[in-house]
Amino acid sequence: MNHPQKKKQNKMRLTLPLEEYMHSGHLACQGCGATLAMRYVLKALGQRTALCIPACCWSVIDGPFPYSSLDVPIFHCAFETAAISAAGLKAGLEMVGDHETQVVAWAGDGGTFDIGIQALSGVAERNDDIIYVCYDNEAYMNTGIQRSSATPFGAWTTTTPVKHYKNRPKKDIDAILAAHRIPYVATANISYPEDLYRKVLKAKNIKGTRFIHIYAPCPSGWKTRPEDTIKLGKLAVQTCIFPLFEVEEGSTWKINIKPREKKPVEEYLMRQGRFRHLTAEAIALIQEEVDRRWARLLKYEETSPL
Amino acid sequence: MRKVLMGNHALSYGAMLSRVQVIAAYPITPQTQVVELLSEMCAEKILDAQFIKVESEHSAMAACLGASLAGARTFTATSAQGLALMHELLHWASGGRLPVVLGNINRAMAPGWSIWTDQNDSLSQRDTGWMQFYCGSNQEVLDSVIQAFKVAEKLHIPAMIILDAFSLSHTYEIVDVPDQEKVDKFLPPFQPKFRLTPDEPHAFGGLTSPEHYFELRYKLQKDMEKAPALIEETGQEFEELFGRKLGLVDPYKCDDAEIILVTSGTTGYTARVAVDHFREKGLKVGNLRIRVLRPFPFEKVQSILSHAKKVAVIDRNISYGHHGIFYQEVKSALYGNSSVPVFGYITGLGGRDITLNTFQKIIEETQRNETPPERISWIGVKK
Amino acid sequence: MKKQQPTKKIIFHSEKEMPLAPYSLGSMLHNRTGAWRNIRPEINLENCIQCGICWKFCPDVAIYIENEYPVVDYTYCKGCGLCAEECPVKCITMVEEEK
Repeated sequence: MNHPQKKKQNKMRLTLPLEEYMHSGHLACQGCGATLAMRYVLKALGQRTALCIPACCWSVIDGPFPYSSLDVPIFHCAFETAAISAAGLKAGLEMVGDHETQVVAWAGDGGTFDIGIQALSGVAERNDDIIYVCYDNEAYMNTGIQRSSATPFGAWTTTTPVKHYKNRPKKDIDAILAAHRIPYVATANISYPEDLYRKVLKAKNIKGTRFIHIYAPCPSGWKTRPEDTIKLGKLAVQTCIFPLFEVEEGSTWKINIKPREKKPVEEYLMRQGRFRHLTAEAIALIQEEVDRRWARLLKYEETSPL
Repeated sequence: MRKVLMGNHALSYGAMLSRVQVIAAYPITPQTQVVELLSEMCAEKILDAQFIKVESEHSAMAACLGASLAGARTFTATSAQGLALMHELLHWASGGRLPVVLGNINRAMAPGWSIWTDQNDSLSQRDTGWMQFYCGSNQEVLDSVIQAFKVAEKLHIPAMIILDAFSLSHTYEIVDVPDQEKVDKFLPPFQPKFRLTPDEPHAFGGLTSPEHYFELRYKLQKDMEKAPALIEETGQEFEELFGRKLGLVDPYKCDDAEIILVTSGTTGYTARVAVDHFREKGLKVGNLRIRVLRPFPFEKVQSILSHAKKVAVIDRNISYGHHGIFYQEVKSALYGNSSVPVFGYITGLGGRDITLNTFQKIIEETQRNETPPERISWIGVKK
Repeated sequence: MKKQQPTKKIIFHSEKEMPLAPYSLGSMLHNRTGAWRNIRPEINLENCIQCGICWKFCPDVAIYIENEYPVVDYTYCKGCGLCAEECPVKCITMVEEEK
């Protein structure tokens, strides 16, 4: 590699630690948001981490037997059991004398919002000592883009064709988790890795159930360009479609990024093939819902602790 | 120490003496006393274990799998609908080679709702790769838990301890509760051949292609084939320490018997009464109680039954469209080894009592006919 | 992060060589995902401001740092183009791969 000689060799200005616990060779699609989420979360948690991964993109991304892309152990568990598998693993590790390892349930939106919500609710109610990360790509992407309860209103999926696009809003999983009064709930976004990293570090130092909901674009499922992944993540925050916030003890709500000027949702939607069929009326409905949810979030923050 | 225990509490004591480290369970009638007593044992610190009070049986088994993968000795108990809800994860346990021990109280499946005993719940899980121990007494329940952990952990294959609802689960018997010290000598701490730890990170249970899956299942079967000898050996070792013998099967007066009854669970003890009753009348009857259904004790069943003139299998279960499940199992084991006619009886479904009178009908019908008069004989059904 | 070295594939000749349960014994680094690529990123280091953004946003961990500058690891780069898109000074160009 020929480096430019004329320039002074400054240190690279890295905003995240250099250590990697995920390596190349994995099976993620080009521009995968879920993969970035893993890379950042492991940077924050380090090597003394154990993951429970139910059926989801990541059960494939990691690679088939006898391989793995991660330097931390993984328990590939049943679809609906991410949270409780993690809690069981944590209990087992404690009983064999390992009190240090952070056990993380790592599930997609289907495994969290839909099939895994019962076990997750059980873990949260008992406040079992795990970190639950949901990387949210807003549909069953691993099985080929079927709608989940995390799919937003208006989206095309293979089970919500454009003539019958999803006509119900995305389930408010963060409010559901906050209602369990667990010590920490946070949303994060792969386009804001420093914020994501900080939140995971914060979670690491809390005991009990911690829930981190990470927005993770999926170029294959959203019909977006792989190189747009980071842009989409930023737009999701700037339009307030996916606000970044934290909730402590289910009562103190804090918004991390408040856009000075909210961008219209259309700017976000029109970059994605899954929304391209939407009429002006449908987009107006989405804008209304986003505004309503944002106003409610602001109110939660204002009136905190709730 | 001798105690008067219900079957459910015998399960709890078995788990306690085995020093289980993680318990995850969900209440279901008629299992509740198992987990109630274990909760108390944990609360009183008689037992140093983490008890995860989960929101479903599915989660109970999932938690056990996580804990077992960490290298902890794990236990759960359930029944009927609960066991059915666990079904998916029973495969996960055996395929993941995680030696969890589960107590199942045999209860009939709904609908209509039934809390009474039959075996369709556990027999529906016959092919999940678990060892299955059908118990006939509360002492056997306690002893089986301890022995099952030993066998399961050696082979990395999970085990199910099965007892009849009410006729064992809620029936009090005198049970010798062995000293902890002695049990510790018999059952050392779990030393897994592999475990999940960041010190040596592996990804467990990832996508397994046709290139590898087949061999992994071959290995499971090969280890299951080692289980019969290991169960017998473990039973002998147990007998040397505790003076009580348990094997794959429990034959009663089979040596010279012309008719041998094949039974399981508490029915096996009612059958003994019937055997004695008919022997007094001069009829040479014997009883073979099958204690272990998986792995199936081929050699024992073949060698004991092939001496008889007739075999009568009593099933408190049914595979709809076929026959009683023990009947199928026995018949297939005998095929090509013995031409002894095998009579199949179905009785006692949904907790209908199996009494001396039931056996009287079975024995008389078997005695009366050279070969089974119909494919299935239903005993006690109001036709 | 240093340049990663490709590993060898794991071959089992018999079930005896396999573990009891399906668990991993090696890394995915044998899988040279660079073969997936249609377009390749080329970094013009003359204009690079060493901000690390290309490194940060690479989902394939295919940009490493050498002598305080980013280097694309073509063994693994899948050619998603995120680095070029996010580079604040546009010193990364996506170039058609020759087939």
